[in-house]
Amino acid sequence: MLTDSDIATLWLTFKVASLATLIMLIVGTPLAWWLARTTSRWKSILNAVVALPLVLPPTVLGFYLLVLMGPNGPIGKLTSGLGWGTLPFTFSGLVIASVLYSMPFVVQPLQTSFAAIGRQPLEAAATLRASPLDTFFSVVIPLAKPGFMTGAILGFAHTVGEFGVVLMVGGNIPDRTRVVSIQIYNHVEALEYNEAHWLAAALLLFSFSVLLVLYSALKTQPVAHPLK
Amino acid sequence: MTMPITARFHLDYGIFKLAVNLTLPGSGITVLFGPSGSGKTTLLRCIAGLQHAPQGFLEINGTIWQDSERQIFVPTHKRSLGYVFQEANLFPHLNVKQNLQFGLKRIGKSAVTDLSHILDLLGIAHLLDRAPDRLSGGERQRIAIARALALNPEILLMDEPLAALDFKRKQEILPFLSRLHRELNIPVLYVTHAQQEVAQLADHLVIMDEGRSLASGPLAETLSRLDVPLAQDRNAATVWPVTIAGHEAEYHLTHVAFSGATISLPSFEAEIGTPLRLQIYARDVSITLQKPTDTSILNVLPAVITGIADDECGHSIVQLRLPRTEATAGQDSCPDTSQSNMDNCDQTGGQPLLAHITLKSAKLLRLRVGMPVYVQIKGTSILN
Repeated sequence: MLTDSDIATLWLTFKVASLATLIMLIVGTPLAWWLARTTSRWKSILNAVVALPLVLPPTVLGFYLLVLMGPNGPIGKLTSGLGWGTLPFTFSGLVIASVLYSMPFVVQPLQTSFAAIGRQPLEAAATLRASPLDTFFSVVIPLAKPGFMTGAILGFAHTVGEFGVVLMVGGNIPDRTRVVSIQIYNHVEALEYNEAHWLAAALLLFSFSVLLVLYSALKTQPVAHPLK
Repeated sequence: MTMPITARFHLDYGIFKLAVNLTLPGSGITVLFGPSGSGKTTLLRCIAGLQHAPQGFLEINGTIWQDSERQIFVPTHKRSLGYVFQEANLFPHLNVKQNLQFGLKRIGKSAVTDLSHILDLLGIAHLLDRAPDRLSGGERQRIAIARALALNPEILLMDEPLAALDFKRKQEILPFLSRLHRELNIPVLYVTHAQQEVAQLADHLVIMDEGRSLASGPLAETLSRLDVPLAQDRNAATVWPVTIAGHEAEYHLTHVAFSGATISLPSFEAEIGTPLRLQIYARDVSITLQKPTDTSILNVLPAVITGIADDECGHSIVQLRLPRTEATAGQDSCPDTSQSNMDNCDQTGGQPLLAHITLKSAKLLRLRVGMPVYVQIKGTSILN
């Protein structure tokens, strides 16, 4: 069965993933909106940057973050100067790394949803006296609901499943940075296959359930919304 | 509201240019007519502020909505307008009632009950709880019109509202538009490329081509202008406002009056005094020099030739004008009397008329401008 330390890693994983998802939605929404609407030449560059974690080995991303956030890196110097210490091997550092690592899973569904809305509903809203901000909340968000659901669920699930970045940036500190995927690795290293089985099965079940819920919801919900 | 609308726009996208300078009446339906790509929709979007012409001036009912020289550009959501798109553009996540309330909430009202008049006019009161995807195309478009009108705007802009509908749905909506026409007291700008909608709805007609306005004036005057492509069209026609003057049951005829004269039509049901639009195709009009005494054609009227053009395919297009009779001296063929700057509005003559005849006949009869003649009208059709 699950040990106390297993439960602690599960709880920590949940905290990291929830917080990272919240931050990704807050940062990713305006970013995805801009990417979906702009014709700026910066669009391709930003699209590529956002998508980088999809193809980059997590260790590479983790390595750079470690260097940047370390005592001699620019971010590290900034955070030290502000009296916050350095971020690697802390909970905050883990959340920041997770945000960067899982961002494409939030931004891309949102961007697709926003682009699918087209300009017509926005123009209709403008002719009905809704300001751009008002239109965003009363028209865009309801119409992009499938995108928000997909983004939030994939972002959360992907953060739960990360390993390489965590190992580089977070390390293996109980109750602070030791998440489920690391714990499984620890069990396997210690040849505790029985414990590893329990956690691995829990993660497998979780991932499958999340995806099942997501695809069922998307099936009943009209995804594309050409205006009637 | 009768203050004229001033609209001047200039924009240049390289392959497409828009350059217009229009003064339009502050009441009635102004139709912007032209082929696709002629700039009529772009003009409407500039008026709505959905598109920002770098150079422009727009004044509606005494309010400046754009003046590029003074850096004024009122954003769309602050303009008191209603806009009906080609696709109804209802919000799919809201039901009909919520769609109607969307704009109302934003001007501080929310009761749809105030809208009962509009709902009745458009025949949609029974649809309030429906979702947009449970409506027919015609119903959706009627709701879009009601949604635009609900805000009591100072101007209604309609961008080909019937273009996406099939023939049956068009016939379903046209009567509603005609009713709106009679009951609304705000100006309507209506974009279309369908001649039938022009004949049925327009009071004032603007003909657009390649981003410019070729002509702008009262409907009958503009339809009969020889310098616009419409007059040369095989379906060229003029439209007269007429009223039912009486019925002659014995011969199954109905008489309609206009400008003091009357003409006879195959009988149809309508009360005496009902205003109607009479469409006369140029191909149904022939010309004689003497008043014909023994002709089978009932409708023979005196007229004066005011212009002649050849289409270089063996046809002559003759522009005529009926004499203005004493009885109608006070009545005006030009609805925009308050606007002296309205181009092309000849207030001295009676109704204009077009006749398509062969070039040979025109030569044989030696037709020339200023000549008094008689026109025989072989057929007409009643609109609305």
